[in-house]
Order: sequence, then C-alpha cells, then structure tokens
Amino acid sequence: MSGREYMLGNVAIARGIVEGVVDVVSGYPGTPSSEIVDTLASMKERDFYIEWSVNEKVAMEVAAGASMAGARSVVTMKHVGLNVAADPLMTLAYMGVKGGMVIIVADDPSCHSSQNEQDTRRYSVFSQIPCLEPSTPQQAKDMIPYAFELSEKYEIPVIFRSTTRISHGKSDIELAPVRQKTGKIKFEKNPDRWVMVPKNARVRHPHLLSIQQDIRGELEVSGWNELTIEAESNVGIIASGTAAVYAKEALDRLGITASFLKIGAYPIPEDSVRQLLAKTEQVIVIEELEPVIEDQCKVIARDVEFETEIFGKADGLLPRTGEFNVDICMEGIAKAFGIDSCECKPAKQDMELPVRPPAMCPGCSHRGTFHVMKKVFGEDAVFPSDIGCYTLGIQHGTVDTTLCMGSSISVASGIYDAGEKKPICCTIGDSTFFHTGINSLMNAIYNKSDITVLILDNRTTAMTGHQPNPGMGKTATREPTVEVAFDRLCSAMGAEFVEVVDPYDMAATEDVLERAKAYEGVSVVIAKRACVISAAREGIRYTPFMVDTDLCKGCRKCLKFGCPAIEFDENSKNALINSMCSGCGLCVEICTFNAIVEVKK
Amino acid sequence: MTPDLSKFDLVIAGVGGQGAVKVSDIIGKAAVSEEMSVRAAETHGMAQRGGSVVNYVRLGCELGSLIPCSSAHGMLALEPVEAMRYIHDVAKDGIVVMNNSPIYPVTVTSGQCTYPDPQEIVTRIEKDYRVVAFDAVALAREAGNMKTLNVVMLGAISSYLPIPEETLVECIRNMVPPKTIDTNLEAFRLGRETTRQ
Repeated sequence: MSGREYMLGNVAIARGIVEGVVDVVSGYPGTPSSEIVDTLASMKERDFYIEWSVNEKVAMEVAAGASMAGARSVVTMKHVGLNVAADPLMTLAYMGVKGGMVIIVADDPSCHSSQNEQDTRRYSVFSQIPCLEPSTPQQAKDMIPYAFELSEKYEIPVIFRSTTRISHGKSDIELAPVRQKTGKIKFEKNPDRWVMVPKNARVRHPHLLSIQQDIRGELEVSGWNELTIEAESNVGIIASGTAAVYAKEALDRLGITASFLKIGAYPIPEDSVRQLLAKTEQVIVIEELEPVIEDQCKVIARDVEFETEIFGKADGLLPRTGEFNVDICMEGIAKAFGIDSCECKPAKQDMELPVRPPAMCPGCSHRGTFHVMKKVFGEDAVFPSDIGCYTLGIQHGTVDTTLCMGSSISVASGIYDAGEKKPICCTIGDSTFFHTGINSLMNAIYNKSDITVLILDNRTTAMTGHQPNPGMGKTATREPTVEVAFDRLCSAMGAEFVEVVDPYDMAATEDVLERAKAYEGVSVVIAKRACVISAAREGIRYTPFMVDTDLCKGCRKCLKFGCPAIEFDENSKNALINSMCSGCGLCVEICTFNAIVEVKK
Repeated sequence: MTPDLSKFDLVIAGVGGQGAVKVSDIIGKAAVSEEMSVRAAETHGMAQRGGSVVNYVRLGCELGSLIPCSSAHGMLALEPVEAMRYIHDVAKDGIVVMNNSPIYPVTVTSGQCTYPDPQEIVTRIEKDYRVVAFDAVALAREAGNMKTLNVVMLGAISSYLPIPEETLVECIRNMVPPKTIDTNLEAFRLGRETTRQ
C-alpha cells in the first residue's frame, strides 16, 4: 500500500514502524504515545510480535532482548515512562544493540495529560544515545526506517522524541512501500558484549564515547537537519521539532528573511551551527522546553570565538516552560532582532465563564468507591492516590497526593511512617498497580504499615484508551491469556486482609471498608467493576434513572455526588437526571427521599 | 488571515464526548481527497472526559497545526460557553457557527460556578464576528438521533469551507457506522440549511 492518507501522528509513526520492517514492539500506554501500539496491535495481520508490557522498564528490556537476538525492535512510552526505564537505558548505551532498536518517547510540553513536562532530549545527552526529533507527522513516519538503519550501523539504540503536537496532530501523509524482511534472528553468546560486569562496562564506556563523533558526522549530513543561508540577511534562526515549523510561520507573518537551521537530529550538527554563526550577527534558538541546543550553540560560538549574539531562553526572550506556538515565536524573534511586532492581544473578554474540568463519566464505579471511602474514613483522613481516571477524584476531595505511577501505596506508607495518626487510605488503579504498585504494596506489608490500599479494578487501562493489562486475561492483540488474580497476588505478598467488593453495591462496600479501616496492618480492598465505557462497548445496558419531582425536596445532595448526568432545574427547584444517565443507580442510595427512580419502560 | 499560509483555518470548540474529533476527521479527510494539504491538532487523553475541548484544522496549509492567535477564518462551536472560551482564536469578522444549547459542566450543576445566558454570549460574539447561532440539539433530534449534533454543525459550517458539499457527504458516508448513514446525512442537510447562501 502506498499513496496519501489523512492520519494521526501516532498512526503515521506506526506506519513508519511497519515500513521500516520491525520484529518486536513493546510499550506501556501513556498519553500522548498510546496510539502507536494501539494501531499496530489492531492490525488484522502482522508479521511481527507486539505486546503491552506491564511497565516501561519491562518494555525497554523486552525490546533490548529482542535486539540482542538480532531483531528490529521498538519500545514506546510517554516522557515520564523513560524515568521508569532509565535503568536499562543508561547501561544499554554501553552494551549497545544488534538489531536496530528505536526508543519512541512522546513528550508533553504544557502537561496536557502529564504530571511534568521533562524534556527527553536531556536523556539523549545524558545517555549519549542519538536522538531524532521530527517537526511534522510526515517526518515522524519517514524517520523511523532511518532510525533502524542508524541503530544497526552504530550498534546503539536510537531515541525518537515526539511531542503532543506531533503524536496528536493530524496531517496528510505520503506513504512509502513496506520493505521485505531480511534479518536473521539468532542470539549469539558474547559475554563481552551482553554481560555488563565491571570488566566489560569499563571497555564499553570508552567505546560509547569513541563513536559519538562518527554518529554526529553521519547525522550532520543525514538530511534531518536543514541549513538555509540567506546571503542578504545578518540574522538567523536555529529551531527544532514543531517549534521549527512555528518559527517558519512566524518569519512569514513578520515578513523577515533570516538564515535558518532546522535541527532534527542529536548530537546537533556542529558544522552547520558554525556556518550559520559565521554568516550572522544575531541568532535566536527556538526549541520547546530545555535549552539543549541553545547551550551547545553557545559552547560552539565560544570555542570558535564568534561574536554572534545568541538569544533564547537564558535571556528570557523565550519561555523554558510550556509548548510553543506561532505567537510565542513571533514575539521572541521580534524582541531578538529589535523589530516591531503586532503582539497578539486577544480582545478583552470580561464574561466570567464556568470552568469545565474533565470529570469521571456518568456511571463510573470510582465515584461510588470514593463516596463510600470518604464516608467511612472521614473527610479528614489522608487519601494518597495515583495516576489514572481516578485522579479526577481530586474534585471530590478524595485525592490528596499524586506523585508518579505506583506511588500511592509507598507515599501512604511514608505518611504513616512519619507518625501521622489520621487514618490513611490510598487508591490505585488496576493497571497502575501492575505497573509499579506491587513493589510498593510488598514494601508496605513487609515494613508493617497500618494503611488501607484500595485497588480500583475497572478491568482496563481506561484513561489512555482502554488498553488490556495482566488482570484482564487478554493480550494487546486481544488473545486470551492468563488472568492475574489481585486477591491471590496480594495474599502471596503477605497481606492478611484482602477483600473484593463491587462498588455498585455501596452498602456492602461500606461494610468491608469499615472492617478494613479497623484492621491493624495493611488491609487491601479490591473494588472490582468494569469501566462504564468498556461495559457499554460490550453491549451492557442498564435502565436509566429519573427524579420523581413529587418526592424531590431540592436538597441538592445528589448534585454534590458530582455525576454529569445530574442537574438542577432552577425553575422547578428540583434535581433532574439528563440523557447521559448510564443507569448505575449509585445516586439512588444517595437520595434521602427515595426520589430517584428507574425510568418506566 | 493570511491566505498564502492557509486557505482556511478552523477552530472547533466543544465538550469532550460531543464528537469534535469526528468532525475534524471528516473535514480533514475530505480536504485530502480534494488534494489539499491539511494540518490538525486534537485534544486527547485527560481532556476528553467531559472537559473543554478545542481542535484546530488548517486546510491548504503546510505549516504547524496550531492556529496563531486571532487569525482563524472560522469557528465551529458545539457549545456556547466553549465558543466564548476560544473566540480569541478567530480573526475579526471571521464566521462563527455555534450551537446555542448549553451543556452544564459539573462545576455549574454542583453550584460552584454559574452559567452565563447563552443569548448574551451570542450578542457579545456578534459585536466582532459574523455569527450563525441555532439550537443544534433540536435539529439533531429532528434528524433522528441526538448524537448527530456534530454532523448538524458540520453541515452548517460546510457552506464556508473550501470543500465541495459532495466531497463532505461522501466522507460522512464512509466514516459513520453503516446503520446511521441516513440519519447523519439528514443531520448534515438540516445543518447546511441554516447557512445555505
């Protein structure tokens, strides 16, 4: 298949993986990276292996192992996932690979769906692993086959840095044909290469350093960096990723001509930087997040004693936080080169608008669990939580901490260890528990914490798009597999209070949570109920509810429950249930006046 | 509004779950089949759970997917407050096609915030922009399914897009579930009627 198609950036990246002929793909879901594996796993036919791993470290090691056996491998994750996978990453740089290995990391400038906005290019500098950074979805696709080749040539993995605007941008994409598979898979014993004991690591570190100049030289002329010198102009732009595209539009809108170096590969093209600096008096470096290129350009300029002024983040002309856009680039360029720009001043808007934060869906079982948890433990109890849909419980006062994946249980332990006397009940989702919660629970049990661990098992990895996890009994490709049992897993780690409840049954849940609260030591309660979206997709329908206006007293108790399906009619001073009702029935138990009833068929 | 950089920059504002992504998909695919370059930016993940959503579609554009401030040619607003929230993206005198039937956020239903009068929103926006506002919920119901609200709105904005009506209709046919084709086409027709020039 070839031609031109309208595609999501992540779908284009998936297509690039297929065009580059991959053997093994692994990953852990995380916005904005998830659709890459989703796309490949939903292909009707494929001649490669694919999995959702339990976390990014595991995913990275699966891909590394495949590559040691000579396979082409890809691992995908979001930026913070690379922290989890940083341990194998750093030593893999020494060890190197055999089959081409591409580490796809999606950064999230502006934290659209993330707990921080760290810059993956820093890991490239840190690990000395080369990094490719596309500036459009088209380039993202085209870079992947090249990344495999680069990886194989230098026997080193390659980091591929995407960002939200690449991964979740859409564009017309020119497809290329899929190449023929050629690789031979065979693990060859070679302890000097594959066993990183000190003796071998001491040899591989200088090796890693020794190939840097060759890699830089190769990338310099690879075509992913583009230098355009404008003879008539004495100013220049150095820009990378999507920021390079914004910078081009900014120049057009400002009507300025400038020499332009677009950087798409790291280590950065030093020769091109020198050429640009030699031809310009003022340069502004435009890159999202960290001043990776800016700092290096300044070092280069100092080494060759150029007097070109280099602007960017250090002088505050461009921000070091948040994603860029054309307006930010226009302002930075105008300030750097001392020109007037019509600063974008949005028309004054004095109408107060209600905020519209994301909310748990109507029928979400977490709402019921949180309601009972707050009732049993009291509003003053400490509620450490984790990363998933349930983080939205922040609006219900049931999320007191969220640090990183799997942290809820260990943070709860720490708060207990510190001597906090209030009851502590932490919440963690099923996929997050498998990701890194297991270690934390084992630690809490072993070290005798007195906390309650509430595992919110909604039978899927909901927030990132309903990916399968080990508790569901199916793999990434929806093949049946073993179903890991939470209760037996927790018992095996030494938990002596382990109960499973249905959060739609609030009375029974309350009873179990009361006992869990009273229990001395780590009590584990598994609130098991399928995500309302997955249930609907599987055709499960419940009769919706309505408010009996004769019984409703307008007390608004049900509104505090925070379900998007419950509204208040200011005219009749009654609650009303809208068409979003999924029929979970949780609000029936909330109402003191029995005014919420099933819609009569 | 610089025609050499982009033929038509469209802002699509709405609430997660209203089908804003589907609309931008249909427009994007239709434009590509008309040999146009397209760039689009979407809201995924956290913001989808009933949160405020804004998508950008740039037709005949080979640059980035984000539309510079106050420069969009038009806005398709699936919800009145969301129209107001992102109106600064639109250039003065740009076309704003909006549904005037509100969706109350949880912050309003739970009493933390108040929802402004939708007619007041229309009046404010009319000061600086060309506005076509109507009750798209009623039209979607008339088409036979409330969920076709997004396609009603697509029909309404279609009169202003540099894409032939037939191409959009063909894309709808190919991109909605087979059983809902007739309902969606009726929704598109009803929407288009509101702006037929």
